[in-house]
Amino acid sequence: MSSTLWRLLKNPSAAIGIGLLFLVILVAALAPVLYPQDPWAMVGRPFLPPFTDPQFPLGTDMMGRDIAAGLAYGARVSLLVGIVSTACAIILGVTLGGIAGYYGGLADDGLMRVTEFFQTIPTFIFALVMVAILSPSIQSIIVAIGIVSWPPVARLVRAEFASLRSREFVQAAIALGESDRHIILRQILPNTLSPVLVMGSLMVASAILTEAAISFLGLGDPNMMSWGYMIGASRTVIRQAWWMSFFPGLVIVLVVLTINLVGEGLNDVLNPRLARKGRA
Amino acid sequence: MNKLRPVTGRLLKSVAIIATIIILNFLLIRLAPGDPAAAMAGEAGAADEAFMAQLREQFGLDRPVYEQLAYYFADIVRFDLGYSYRQRESVLGLIMDRLPATLLLTISGFVVALGLGLLLGIASAMRVGRVTDRLISLFALLFYATPLFWVGLMAIMLFSVWLGWLPSFGMESVGAGYTGWARAADIAHHLILPAGTLGLFYVAVYTRLTRASMLEVKDMDFVRTARAKGLRRGLIVRRHILRNAMLPIITFAGIQAGQLVGGAVLTETVFAWPGIGRLAFDALLQRDYPVLLGVFLVTSIMVVVFNIVTDIAYRIADPRIEVAS
Repeated sequence: MSSTLWRLLKNPSAAIGIGLLFLVILVAALAPVLYPQDPWAMVGRPFLPPFTDPQFPLGTDMMGRDIAAGLAYGARVSLLVGIVSTACAIILGVTLGGIAGYYGGLADDGLMRVTEFFQTIPTFIFALVMVAILSPSIQSIIVAIGIVSWPPVARLVRAEFASLRSREFVQAAIALGESDRHIILRQILPNTLSPVLVMGSLMVASAILTEAAISFLGLGDPNMMSWGYMIGASRTVIRQAWWMSFFPGLVIVLVVLTINLVGEGLNDVLNPRLARKGRA
Repeated sequence: MNKLRPVTGRLLKSVAIIATIIILNFLLIRLAPGDPAAAMAGEAGAADEAFMAQLREQFGLDRPVYEQLAYYFADIVRFDLGYSYRQRESVLGLIMDRLPATLLLTISGFVVALGLGLLLGIASAMRVGRVTDRLISLFALLFYATPLFWVGLMAIMLFSVWLGWLPSFGMESVGAGYTGWARAADIAHHLILPAGTLGLFYVAVYTRLTRASMLEVKDMDFVRTARAKGLRRGLIVRRHILRNAMLPIITFAGIQAGQLVGGAVLTETVFAWPGIGRLAFDALLQRDYPVLLGVFLVTSIMVVVFNIVTDIAYRIADPRIEVAS
């Protein structure tokens, strides 16, 4: 694992990505220290433009809330939703995909129908409907994003399991009379982890985008400041105050780009054969 | 007969998908906190007890669940998607009024995404590793990471607030009273920003896909043969490489359709485009569940229809599919 990290750091764009990601995590973790005030508190004059008052470098919004503080607290929501919903999706996807790929048959057919269903329907609208009906909160957003994003993981893991199952080392384990549980967890699973890891890192990025879109539409957790909410709330005053929606959007782009860079770097390191083919 | 078999399979699958959506909708309305009758009347609606009792009776909420589901199915098969007590109109009527605007926007967005994506992808694949390729890849990476609604807002700021070139709001100039071609031109003028915004995010996707797909085909034997025959470069790219590289792109277009419709909700909200997405946004704000579930059902049907179309396009683009299946 440490050699993976080392090779990742030698890839320039991945190294930049890791550095920036570390910075974002740091800001998210230290938000209450950097900005002891509640991000919802009205601390300054409303509609204060950026770069005019050193106390509020990025200005204030229409209620006089500090935009920089909102960005720092928003990082917590984005990272939390991105990581937890992806973790849920991966646990669900690996479990179901593994069972379908290993046992085949009816379980496999069933899973394929379900993933096909999710691949067809407008998943964003489905997620919106779920959040609206379960009542907007950070938990329901995480659940909704998790539910719509596990199927690709399941498809990937299923394909890996199905192909690894017929390989010699697995056949040998079967011949030795190892239990299914042992074969699945100890023999096959470790060999499928690297593509899952790559997919997971890219899923965190798209989960952050989805969370931002849900909050933008006014379905964010009403108690937590998020980037999507900041853009959605200030879009009606965009003609007078561009900075209120500009900075949160810029931060979303940077964070998502950063995570994508790390994901692609991870892909280059873990799947060198695929990476070379893609680049040709 | 053989020609039709894969199509009927596709149709059966589509019916199964729509039926699943109807069941999901039925379950979702029951997941809503509190009384489903209250949810149907709109969470905060001024619904008195007598009205709720009437709703409960009307929807058979006192009967067993499977019976309720059967009634729900029967209603939808008769195109009855329920009634919006907020807007005092049937859900189907509300959606049908706004469907043309959404279709116009999504189809335009799709054309922008596919057209521009193909162009950039081809340009990129033809100059692998050089400056053009790097720039295009950077552009794709950037737009892949940008929230669609934010691109829309920034486009409004740039093109309508600062430059004043394009309208940022609605589908037509209010009160202008244009007819015929003048009206079409006015709508087209209003369409540029929303369709560009919706398309731009997916341009990134199609660019990457086209590039990868072209590179895959570029070094195959038949391309080398064509080159050895002395065919012109443009002809080889069009007839030999692109035609074969198109297949995964068409497949992907079908898969992407659902995402495109989801993007339309955001785009319509940003640009006040009078379509289904805008309707969904208003329904979200008012917790108007019947409308929301209706939008989910109708957009799913849109995607399923689009998938059938891409399936047919796929068969036309590659006659081998028929034989293989």
